[in-house]
Amino acid sequence: MAPAIGSLAVWAVVPTLLTLWFAFQGYNLLTPPKGFVGFRNFYFLLTDPGLPTVLLNTALLVVWPLALTIGLGTALALAYNDAFYGRGIARLLVIAPFFVMPTVSALVWKNLFMNPVYGLFAGICRMLGLTPIDWFANWPLASIVIIVTWEWTPFATLIILTSLQSLDRDLLEAALLDGARGFARFVYVVLPHLARTIAVVAMIETIFFLGIYAEIAVTTVGGPGIATTNLPFLIYSRALLGFDVGAASAGGILAIILANIVMVLFMRTIAREL
Amino acid sequence: MPVKRRQILLRTVVGWLAALVMFFPVFWMALAAFKTEMDAIAWPPLFFFKPTLANFAEMQERVDYIGHAWHSVAVAFGSTALALVLAAPAAYAMAFFPTKRTRGTLLWVLSNKFMPAVGVLVPIYLILIFVGWLDTLRGLIILNLFANLPIVLWMLYSYFKEVPGEIIEAARMDGARHDQQLRLVLLPLSAPGIASTALLAIILAWNESFWCINVSTVNSATLALAIASFSNPEGFFWAKLSAASLASVAPIMVFGWLTQRQLVRGLTFGAVK
Repeated sequence: MAPAIGSLAVWAVVPTLLTLWFAFQGYNLLTPPKGFVGFRNFYFLLTDPGLPTVLLNTALLVVWPLALTIGLGTALALAYNDAFYGRGIARLLVIAPFFVMPTVSALVWKNLFMNPVYGLFAGICRMLGLTPIDWFANWPLASIVIIVTWEWTPFATLIILTSLQSLDRDLLEAALLDGARGFARFVYVVLPHLARTIAVVAMIETIFFLGIYAEIAVTTVGGPGIATTNLPFLIYSRALLGFDVGAASAGGILAIILANIVMVLFMRTIAREL
Repeated sequence: MPVKRRQILLRTVVGWLAALVMFFPVFWMALAAFKTEMDAIAWPPLFFFKPTLANFAEMQERVDYIGHAWHSVAVAFGSTALALVLAAPAAYAMAFFPTKRTRGTLLWVLSNKFMPAVGVLVPIYLILIFVGWLDTLRGLIILNLFANLPIVLWMLYSYFKEVPGEIIEAARMDGARHDQQLRLVLLPLSAPGIASTALLAIILAWNESFWCINVSTVNSATLALAIASFSNPEGFFWAKLSAASLASVAPIMVFGWLTQRQLVRGLTFGAVK
């Protein structure tokens, strides 16, 4: 047991401590190191006029895909909970997007579907007599939300479906005998059963959505302007484009703090059932 | 019962409609992979056309598919094998010899998965430069190993726990050492669980994009990065993009489909079974 835990500990602790160390250093790979600079990196990070936009983008890229994937995932799970013709194969098709690598999803959507001239959406718009939408120019954040939602709806579906199938059939029948039909049955019997599962899905997705990166890197590169720059992309551009180790590390500390808040909530939810 | 029959038909229509909508982008991409570049941007969209394999030949020339596929295979399988070797003894110890601290250790392992990769991007990048592992398969394998180790450890632990302790005990009575108990008794008994753990880790490493985009350029670039090179707008290469995408996605999708039932347990750390 020692090798696994030990190496994981080294992996977990050393880089984090280094990030913390760099966050207090005036260290840009292009200029001589300035040594300890106190909270200056944090000061510049927190007073950056772009930061509110970046944080808002980060939040929107979590909240929208979260709401959409859980809503769609619940609907799909309900549709797939009872048997129908070819359900097994249909389910394979529904979960397929989850196995598509992010760079492929993003580029296929950007080109084949959202291109303002040759994309499928543009063609459909023209057919209906509407002006095609230039997705990535006019609705950049919404475009990325759409791509991420498509990638992650299968995840929500699969997990909510698993949980639905563990719902006691007797409970449903008892509810039916008591006169609860359709919607009432869903709200008072099914939804309470799903509550914990949905919480688990929400927290795991939040962690991944806080780190959305590849989808931005291959489509908008954070733009136009900083319209689609979230925290990970900001850190990346400070570090590997600006070579500013100190500033990027201060951003990294911010990201770690955000993720830890979500993690504590998650642990509280699942730890009880271990 | 006509009412019941009608319900099933209705569910069939709704279920398949949803399936076709969700799958359409993959289908459309797969179709474009066999079109000429002109057919790929044609309007009205072509569902019937003369298929061509030229894109696959050109994709090899343009992005060196086989070279990148080898990197993907090495990284996905290498990191998974290492993760299993590291995690199995730890999971064995925690499943069968729990102490007061086991629970805390497990939760701590899990918490590692929640660390944002971007938070440690800078130090990892500098460490890789320092040891000369930047843009090497070794470096990328290590990064994927640690990215997946928490999930692998958790899944193995949850599968090992399902093996009755008495069997291990009996093996010990017969004089089996720890490594023998693990190798000769536990591994064969939980083979299906280990297989699905491995599959999930392979899928995750295959599709991993963040580290690959940031630490690889040529020598360790996986397929995820090869596809990203199509993001430079230098004309329309949709058919070639689609061909390369299809060739990168198809193998792993089969893996995913094979393991879909076990996926839930792995992805939720056993919180949903």
